[in-house]
Amino acid sequence: MFANHQPIVPATIPAPNGEYAIEAQGLSVFYGGFRAVKDIALKVRTRKITAFIGPSGCGKSTLLRAFNRMNELIPTAHAAGAVLYHGQDIYAPDVDPVEVRRRIGMVFQKANPFPKTIYENVAWGATINGYRGNMAELVEQSLRQTALWDEVKDKLQQSALALSGGQQQRLCIARAIAVKPDIILMDEPASALDPIATLKIEELMRELAQNYTIIIVTHNMQQAARASDFTAFLLMDSDRAGTLIEYGPTRQIFTRPTDQRTEDYITGRFG
Amino acid sequence: MSAETNGPLGGAEQTFDAGLPQRKRVAVAWHTLFLASTIIGVIALTALLYTVINQSFGLVAVQNRIEPASLAVDGVPLAQLTQEQYVAILQANLSPGVFRRYDSEQPFTERSRENLYALVLERVVQPRYVKTWPLIAAFFDRAAIETEVARDFPGAKLVFRSWVTPDFLRSPQASAPELAGVRTAILGSLWTILITILTALPIGVGAAIYLEEYARASWATRLIRTNITNLAGVPSIIYGMLGLAIFVRGAEALTSGAAFGLADPTTANGRTILSAGLTLALLILPLLIINAQEAIRAVPRSLRQASYGLGATQWQTIWRHVLPSALPGILTGTILAISRAIGETAPLVVIGASTFIVVDPNGPFAKFTTLPIQIYQWTSRPQPQFRNLAAAAILVLLALLLTMNTSAVLLRNRYSRRA
Repeated sequence: MFANHQPIVPATIPAPNGEYAIEAQGLSVFYGGFRAVKDIALKVRTRKITAFIGPSGCGKSTLLRAFNRMNELIPTAHAAGAVLYHGQDIYAPDVDPVEVRRRIGMVFQKANPFPKTIYENVAWGATINGYRGNMAELVEQSLRQTALWDEVKDKLQQSALALSGGQQQRLCIARAIAVKPDIILMDEPASALDPIATLKIEELMRELAQNYTIIIVTHNMQQAARASDFTAFLLMDSDRAGTLIEYGPTRQIFTRPTDQRTEDYITGRFG
Repeated sequence: MSAETNGPLGGAEQTFDAGLPQRKRVAVAWHTLFLASTIIGVIALTALLYTVINQSFGLVAVQNRIEPASLAVDGVPLAQLTQEQYVAILQANLSPGVFRRYDSEQPFTERSRENLYALVLERVVQPRYVKTWPLIAAFFDRAAIETEVARDFPGAKLVFRSWVTPDFLRSPQASAPELAGVRTAILGSLWTILITILTALPIGVGAAIYLEEYARASWATRLIRTNITNLAGVPSIIYGMLGLAIFVRGAEALTSGAAFGLADPTTANGRTILSAGLTLALLILPLLIINAQEAIRAVPRSLRQASYGLGATQWQTIWRHVLPSALPGILTGTILAISRAIGETAPLVVIGASTFIVVDPNGPFAKFTTLPIQIYQWTSRPQPQFRNLAAAAILVLLALLLTMNTSAVLLRNRYSRRA
C-alpha cells in the first residue's frame, strides 16, 4: 500500500523514439485461481494504433488493463510475467502503479467524466500529478487536440455531464492526454456511441497517433480494419484462458491471416 | 392443439387454465390489505398528534393566593411598581427566613426589576392552576366547566391557555407547573447532540471508508461487518450501561472535566453532557457506519477507475471523488441517526441525566437534562398540570426535530446539486 514512490523512468523522459513502446513477456493475468489470459508475448509499436480483437470473454480487456496495472483494482486479480516499459518491468516490486497509470493513460468503454465542470475534468489529473505550467493553456490545448475546444470553450464552467455521449468520451480522452502520457489504452471507446460519434473518435485516434502510442480494444472488426495499424487476435483456449493467436500489421491480418482461426473469425464464421 | 382453440381470444384452453377471476380476487385482497395498513398508520399518527395538541392547549382555573389587585400601591397596578416597592411587598408577605435566603442568594439591590416582579408573582401572588381542561373540552364543554369552577373553586378565574409559550421556552425547570419551562432541557439536548455529531460523524465515516475502500476481503473483515450490523439492533439501554461503565465511571476524570482542571475533583462526577453525547455517539455509530458504507458502495466503479486511470492515489480518489459522490447519502443517514439520538431517553436515564436542574448547561462538563428526559419526568408526576407540560414539551421536541431535519435536508440538497 505504501510502496516507495520510485520513478520508473528518468525524470526527463527520453522521447519514446524506440521502436516499441511497451512489451508483454510471458504475461498471464489471474482472477483468483482463474487464468484469464495466458502467456502473452507482444511488442506494441511506438506511435502506432494497435487493436486487440477477438470474441467476447477472450481476455482482450484484461490484457489491455494489464498494461497499466488497472486490473489491480479488482482485489483478487494478479499478474505473472513482465510488462516492459522503457525496459523497466512495471510489475517490479518497487514500481508504484500510480506512476504507471500517469504514463499509461486509459479511456473506458462508457464515458465516465467526473461530476464536475468541463474545466475541472481536464485539469484534475494534471493538478494531482503536480503540473506546474499554465493550467488554462493545458486545458485548452488538450481540448483542441480532441477537437472539443470549439464546442465547449464557452461552457468550460458547466457540468461535464451535460455534454452528449460522444463529447463526453472525447472529454475523457482530453482528460487522459492532459497528464501527458506516452501510451493511451482505449477499452472499446466507441462501443456506446452512434456511428457519427464513432467516426469522430476514430479520426481523433489518427490525430493522436502522431504523438501517442494507442492500444484499442474493439468488438467492431471494421473499426479495427479502418483505424488500426497493427492488430492482435485473441481467442480462448480449452481452459477458457485468452491466448494470442496472431499479431501483425492490420492489413496482413485482415487480408492474409496465417492462422485458420483468425480467418474464420474475421470472415464472420464465428464470434 | 389447434383443434382445441375455443376461448374468446383463441388459445389452447386445455393447456392453460387462466383462472382470471381467481387471480383478480387475490389481487384485490392484497390491495385492500395494503390500503388498510396505510389507514391504520395514518390513524395512529393522527391519534398521537390529537393527544399532544389536545393537552398542549386548554382551559385552566387559576387561583391566586393573594390577588394582584390587592397589592396595587396608590392605584398603580402591580406590574408597574418600582423595585423598592417590590422588595417591600416581598418583605411584608414572606417569612423573614425566606426573605433573608433570597437576599443571600442574590442581594435584592442587585436584582433586576423583571426578576423582582417574577419573584413577587411566584412567592406572593402564587397563581396556582387548580384544575386544567384539554382543548376539545374547552370548546365543547365550556358551560359545564364554568359551572364546575364556580362551584368547586370560588374565586378562581377560568383562563384559556397555550402551554407552549415563549415563557415556557425561556424558563428553566421549576417545581410549580405554572412556572416550569424547557430551557435547560433544550440547551441540554442541543449540547448533547452537538457532541454526538462531532464524535460519531468522523468516526463513522472513517470506519466506513476503511471497511469499503481499504480493508481486504478476509474473514476478519466479514466478522467486523456482521457485528456492526448486529450492533445496530442492540437495545439502546444496553448502550446506556456501556456509557455508564466507560464514560461515567471508567473515564470519570475526563468526562467530569476534572482532568482539565475545569471541575472540582472531589465533587465532580462523570454524569455530564460529554458522557451523554459520547454514549449517544456509540449508539448511532453502527447506523452511521452501515449507512456510509452503503453510500460509498453506491459510488459507481467507473468514477474510481477514471480517477485511478489518471494516476491518482487511493486517497486522492477517495477524497476527491468517492466521498463527494457519497456525501448526500451519508448526510441522509446522519439525519436519520441524529433524529434517533435526539429522542433517546433510556440510555440517558441509565447514565444519570438529572431530572431536575434549573441551571443552564454551560459546556460539555455540565450536568444536564434533555427534552425526552424532561418529558418522561413530567409524565411520571402525579399533578395533572404536568401532563400538559409534557405535551407542550413533546411539541417542542417535534419542532426541534423538524428544524434539524429540514436544515440537514437543505444541506444535503445543496451538495447533491453541486455534484
